[in-house]
Amino acid sequence: MSALTLAQLHSGDTATIVAIHAEEALHQRLLALGFRSGKQIELIRKASFSGPLQVRIGTTDILLRRNEAAKITVCRP
Amino acid sequence: MKRIALLGMPNTGKSTLFNRMTGGAARVGNWPGITVELLSGKILLGSDMVEIIDLPGIYDLHGFSDDEQVVRHFLHDNIPDLALVILNATQIERQMSLLLQLRQLNMNIVVLLNMSDEAKKYGISIDSKKMTEMLGVPIFLLSGKYGTGYQEALQAITKALRYPTPGMAEQLRSQLEQDEHIESEMARVLKHAVQVPAQLPENLTDKLDRVLLHPWLGLPIFFGIMYLLFQGIFLLGQPLQGWVGDALGWLRVSALDPACAGLPVWLSGLLLDGIYNGVATVAAFVPIIILFFLFMAMVEDSGYLSRAAFLMDALMAKMGLDGRGFVMLLMGFGCNVPALMGTRVMRSRSLRLLTMLVIPFSLCSARLQVFVFITAALFSPKAAPVVLFSLYLFSFAAAIVTALLFKTKFKNNEPFVLELPPYRFPTVKQMLLRGWLEVRHFLQRATQFIVAGVVLVWLLTHLPPSAAPAGAGTLAGMIGGLLHPIFAPIGINEQLTIALLFGFVAKEIVIGSLAVIYGLSGDALGHALGQQLDWVQAYSFMLFTLIYTPCLSAIATLHNEAKDLRYTLFALAWSLALAWAVSFVFYQGARALGY
Repeated sequence: MSALTLAQLHSGDTATIVAIHAEEALHQRLLALGFRSGKQIELIRKASFSGPLQVRIGTTDILLRRNEAAKITVCRP
Repeated sequence: MKRIALLGMPNTGKSTLFNRMTGGAARVGNWPGITVELLSGKILLGSDMVEIIDLPGIYDLHGFSDDEQVVRHFLHDNIPDLALVILNATQIERQMSLLLQLRQLNMNIVVLLNMSDEAKKYGISIDSKKMTEMLGVPIFLLSGKYGTGYQEALQAITKALRYPTPGMAEQLRSQLEQDEHIESEMARVLKHAVQVPAQLPENLTDKLDRVLLHPWLGLPIFFGIMYLLFQGIFLLGQPLQGWVGDALGWLRVSALDPACAGLPVWLSGLLLDGIYNGVATVAAFVPIIILFFLFMAMVEDSGYLSRAAFLMDALMAKMGLDGRGFVMLLMGFGCNVPALMGTRVMRSRSLRLLTMLVIPFSLCSARLQVFVFITAALFSPKAAPVVLFSLYLFSFAAAIVTALLFKTKFKNNEPFVLELPPYRFPTVKQMLLRGWLEVRHFLQRATQFIVAGVVLVWLLTHLPPSAAPAGAGTLAGMIGGLLHPIFAPIGINEQLTIALLFGFVAKEIVIGSLAVIYGLSGDALGHALGQQLDWVQAYSFMLFTLIYTPCLSAIATLHNEAKDLRYTLFALAWSLALAWAVSFVFYQGARALGY
């Protein structure tokens, strides 16, 4: 299994969430926002100065920092 | 090949166990009945190869979240030979329900109580033999962290796999199908009444975001929008303010002065020079406040604030804060109190305390009044908006310096995850309603504090009666004289010192109390200030007003939210010290340069 994470994707990439390796509180928050293994996720853009990422799951747009995104493994179709 | 399904609630260490069992050799695969992909791996158990599938963590077998439906459909179409149920031993009382639901399906079950080492630390003791007896399923304590109980569990799994699933597949399916009826009903209603496109077409939000969140243009555009907003408030508000001031002055001359002519001098003085002058001076700001909150409501409801969080997060992170903290700072431009309460969304206490330490430096609408009045009195109409904008920059600078100085004291690693709403154009009705609510709040505060404040100021500047009003012999003069050594080095005279004392309670009183101290209102007060002060003194006064504690309600809120007296006192002392230091450096520096 390749260890590609959400943080390594490029703007415009689409991928499938494989697993979320986050601590309890963050995991709950991600679940509530629709992060599930098997879901399609699109990286819309990255903020400059190593700022947060904008991702899209279904109809929801979410902002998250790169170190949070690094806890989400994905695979490209 | 026999199949083992891993089942459990989220965060039970299920995936860790899966990785351990499969040695990381997992693949993503499709399964009948479900559209999402699941991880699975093949391992050798005893003498047979078996396949292990990691199902999504669920809270409720009969729930209707996406993951719960996936698990049900998987079980329906791919009945496993063994369900390996992983429960978090530290939350056993909450997680037992899922085990009982699964047991009702009459599948082959082995239960692993994971994190048993942690449970022991919490003093939770679990009698697994007794539980095994009562539930009729084999139960093992496991510590994924230390690896204890793992071999025992593997043996039990190998043994359990030798027996066929006890329940009839048909029975299991019919049970699961009861929930599927609800699902299909849901799907039918959604299908006919709701439409969600698979791929969202590029909409206005996407187009706007491409410009407003542009990697290089985003931040300049943001500051440009903010500058234009405040310019707009100033340019639109000033004439309105003038008209209201003139109307209130006319009312006094034509109606109130004649009406009070018969009253004793001290009483008409208190009523007219005290209460009326004070309140009228503040009331003249109502149009600017209304405009301000209308603009704020527009920005807040539009969804642009979350974009500001996106643009600013990288910079805020360097200060130990996050993008939400920046949004709170912006909200603080309206009023610091709700902004302080807004920090409740942060889980990490350190992050909250650091954010609450910087919010009071936000130039709130009450301070805006003071600055609008003084800049109008001492600066040319052309320079006034620039001066005002420079105070906003100082407001940010004070917040930044504070955060940088204290970020190591309030270290945190709170994750930053935020939903980004689409742009919404607020309706006129929404905006007016928001604006009205804010104005009502402002008027309530104003009437509470200002009437009491101006009466108190009037008393202080007129007692004892033998002294000349507002002179050195009055109570106010004495207090001013007492504090003179502190405020003289920053160019703040005794009258302004009194106003600052009252500003401690609420900034809305500052101009009102100046009106009472000078016995003048509106333009006349502005002229008096303009003759007595030069621009260096006035700017130093504004800097001090900006940085030293917002108001009593903000301090009370800070204390309520932090519930720590030492922290509250620290925040108070720091803002006073910073205010004095900044004013001192500015005032003495400007004087040294010959201004």
